[in-house]
Amino acid sequence: MSKSYFDETHCAIGHPKTKVMQWLLTVDHKRIGVMYAAVMFTFFFIAIATAMAMRIELFAPGAQIMDGDTFNQAFTLHGVIMIFLFIIPGIPAVFGNIVMPLMIGAKDVSFPRLNWFTFWLYILGCLIALSSLWTGNGFADTGWTFYAPYSLNTNTNVITTLVAAFVLGMASILTGLNFLVTIHRLRAPGMGFFKMPLFVWGIYATAWIQLLATPVVGITLILAILEKYFGIGIFDPAKGGDPVLFEHLFWIYSHPAVYLMILPAFGIMSEIIPVFSRREIFGYRTIALSSASIAGIGYLVWGHHLFTSGMSDIAKTIFSFLTFFVAIPTGIKFYDWIATMYKGKVILETPMLWALGTIITFAIGGLTGVTIAMVGADIHLQDTYYSVAHFHYAILGGVVFLFFAGLHYWYPVVTGRMYNESVAKTAFWLNFVGINLLWFPMFIAGYYGMPRRYFDYLPEFEIYHQISGIGAIVILSGLLLMFWNFLSNWNTGELSGTNPWEGTTLEWHLPSSPPPLENHTKVPYVDFNPYEYHHGKPVVKFDYETMKRID
Amino acid sequence: MSDHAYVPEIATTRDGVEHEVQGWQGDFYGGKLGFWLFMLTEVLMFGAMFMVLTYYFTLHHQDYIDASASLNRVLGGFNTVVLLISALTMGLGLLKFRSGDVKGAKLMIWATIFFASLFLGVKAIEWSLEFHHGVFLGLDALQSGNAHSKPFGQILFFGMYFTMTGLHGFHIIIGIGLMLWLLKRINANKVTTDHHILYWNIALYWDLVHLIWVFVFPYFYMIGADAGGYNLPDIGSLFGGHNNEH
Repeated sequence: MSKSYFDETHCAIGHPKTKVMQWLLTVDHKRIGVMYAAVMFTFFFIAIATAMAMRIELFAPGAQIMDGDTFNQAFTLHGVIMIFLFIIPGIPAVFGNIVMPLMIGAKDVSFPRLNWFTFWLYILGCLIALSSLWTGNGFADTGWTFYAPYSLNTNTNVITTLVAAFVLGMASILTGLNFLVTIHRLRAPGMGFFKMPLFVWGIYATAWIQLLATPVVGITLILAILEKYFGIGIFDPAKGGDPVLFEHLFWIYSHPAVYLMILPAFGIMSEIIPVFSRREIFGYRTIALSSASIAGIGYLVWGHHLFTSGMSDIAKTIFSFLTFFVAIPTGIKFYDWIATMYKGKVILETPMLWALGTIITFAIGGLTGVTIAMVGADIHLQDTYYSVAHFHYAILGGVVFLFFAGLHYWYPVVTGRMYNESVAKTAFWLNFVGINLLWFPMFIAGYYGMPRRYFDYLPEFEIYHQISGIGAIVILSGLLLMFWNFLSNWNTGELSGTNPWEGTTLEWHLPSSPPPLENHTKVPYVDFNPYEYHHGKPVVKFDYETMKRID
Repeated sequence: MSDHAYVPEIATTRDGVEHEVQGWQGDFYGGKLGFWLFMLTEVLMFGAMFMVLTYYFTLHHQDYIDASASLNRVLGGFNTVVLLISALTMGLGLLKFRSGDVKGAKLMIWATIFFASLFLGVKAIEWSLEFHHGVFLGLDALQSGNAHSKPFGQILFFGMYFTMTGLHGFHIIIGIGLMLWLLKRINANKVTTDHHILYWNIALYWDLVHLIWVFVFPYFYMIGADAGGYNLPDIGSLFGGHNNEH
């Protein structure tokens, strides 16, 4: 096992000699995952820069550095990049690719060349989205939700952005399809569905959402083009159409999309908690099935975005009721994680810190979500900073925080090295303090009526915006510190060995770190549960030459 | 694929029992499952369009009936039969291929391509006729707010009609491309009687394409069948003949 996967090449076309071409054409799931991460985090920081610009603008009432139109484009750019380019491909594209095949003992995904194609489709979508920044009348100014009829009347490049969303959606569908087939077909012998690691369950539920919800966005785009270029009034009431229909079609996809974001993140949580508690996970089956039921229920709750749209009261009541149901499987997961830690040997290394921090931030994000799922409360809080704060607590404080937890947790698998632990912990605390400073004041401001997407505000809201502004600086410094820690240790960090965390799932039983091309030396036979610990030690041991159990 | 014969790996239990490992290479059922899932997304895409169509049908009932009445049921019906026959030839080809009759299978693929092209040709005539009658995307009749505008429900009906039959036609074109590619792969011995997942999936694709039409046809052409309209193909008007707009 002298060669690492960086030394060899598996390419979609030909046998390129240069290292750059070997990467660009690779079908190796691990390399594709790393490339996704590189592109996605670049966009992540671009979107953060836009957010920082908005925070500077909002630091005091009145115009500071930009006018209202630019501000509209800024929050649209922030939303479009964060949602479509970063967090929707998100964890599946990175860790679904890198880790999921390792966890089920597969040599690659089911369709490696499709995976390569999907990556470039994603890049194409990114380029289309970016191109609208410099062409025509500039980037869309509608917000990432593109509500009709304004989106069909504005002169900015809404259609370009929708095309980008469509292409990115295609990439998302194909990723989901690839993972579904991989999980169904390529599990190591002996690994039934209920012996899969819980991250794989998360990816599995996500893949179904990707497959079942995304096509609707595609069709919404086609209808929008029909309206914009051929004057068929489907959504514009001036032409006889129905703008609420657009909202329905949009949220039929976009609400399941937030579960598509959070489910793989919960999967990461379910990996980290047992490993850093050195204890078998509590309620494995309930966690696995709650992922599936969140995916199922999440499909039926989109109407809660439309409580103020004039939808009928009976529909509002049903959607509100169904939305409460999502809290049940989510709550089950939380209690399972906490019960796992009970009497466990909790080790507070960085991935565990991120996981524990997320339990707090996501609990805030999730429970405030339940309050705005109530029709009455929502009428008051809709389109205020309260919803903004809820969303960011749930998605930044839930999905992205767990993404970061995963970055720390699987950093040794990807690089074969270890980041600097104390720097990582400092970065965590900066982020954790920063997120609360940044978003908690928004709950209050929103409750008092600060509307979202406004570039100016009344003087009484200044204090909240200023605390938020300081929080933004704190969280930004935390993020920069964290990524500096990752990048500076990529080639030079301490060697980690193959299993630094005493993990039990198959990605910790590889012959080398980073893993060689085609992963495990031999595929193991899986006759054990994913998180078997006894007195704080992993039960299952392998002979890495033959991959036979020797415990 | 004989030059890269894939040998499945073996996983061994502690008791020495050997289990064959399913690799991604040559995974027939994986390929099939993947394509079925892809077909599911197609169904959802057309399904969402049918949903929009149906929603407005409840609001503009009479407009829909009137618009539907003016569609050409003879050409549409003819195309339905053509597409059903093409599905038959496609299926027969796959049966022949699986039983080893490569030559017969190729003939059947060519027949399918023929019927697919015939479908497109008839579709082109149909659209030209409609264009000639002033009914087409972007023309005045299908834009609200001018002297020639049709009622809103009709604009919507025709808008969806051109979009959905257009999208369907696009799938037919893709299908013809896929079949030509399949013939090339068969000739190059890359698709063989032992390794025919590509053929299988293209046949599945073609089934979906004809199945979508089976829903498109009644929804657009038949809901106004009782309301009259012209029933004979009016090909003469294509070539500068009289324009019998009603």
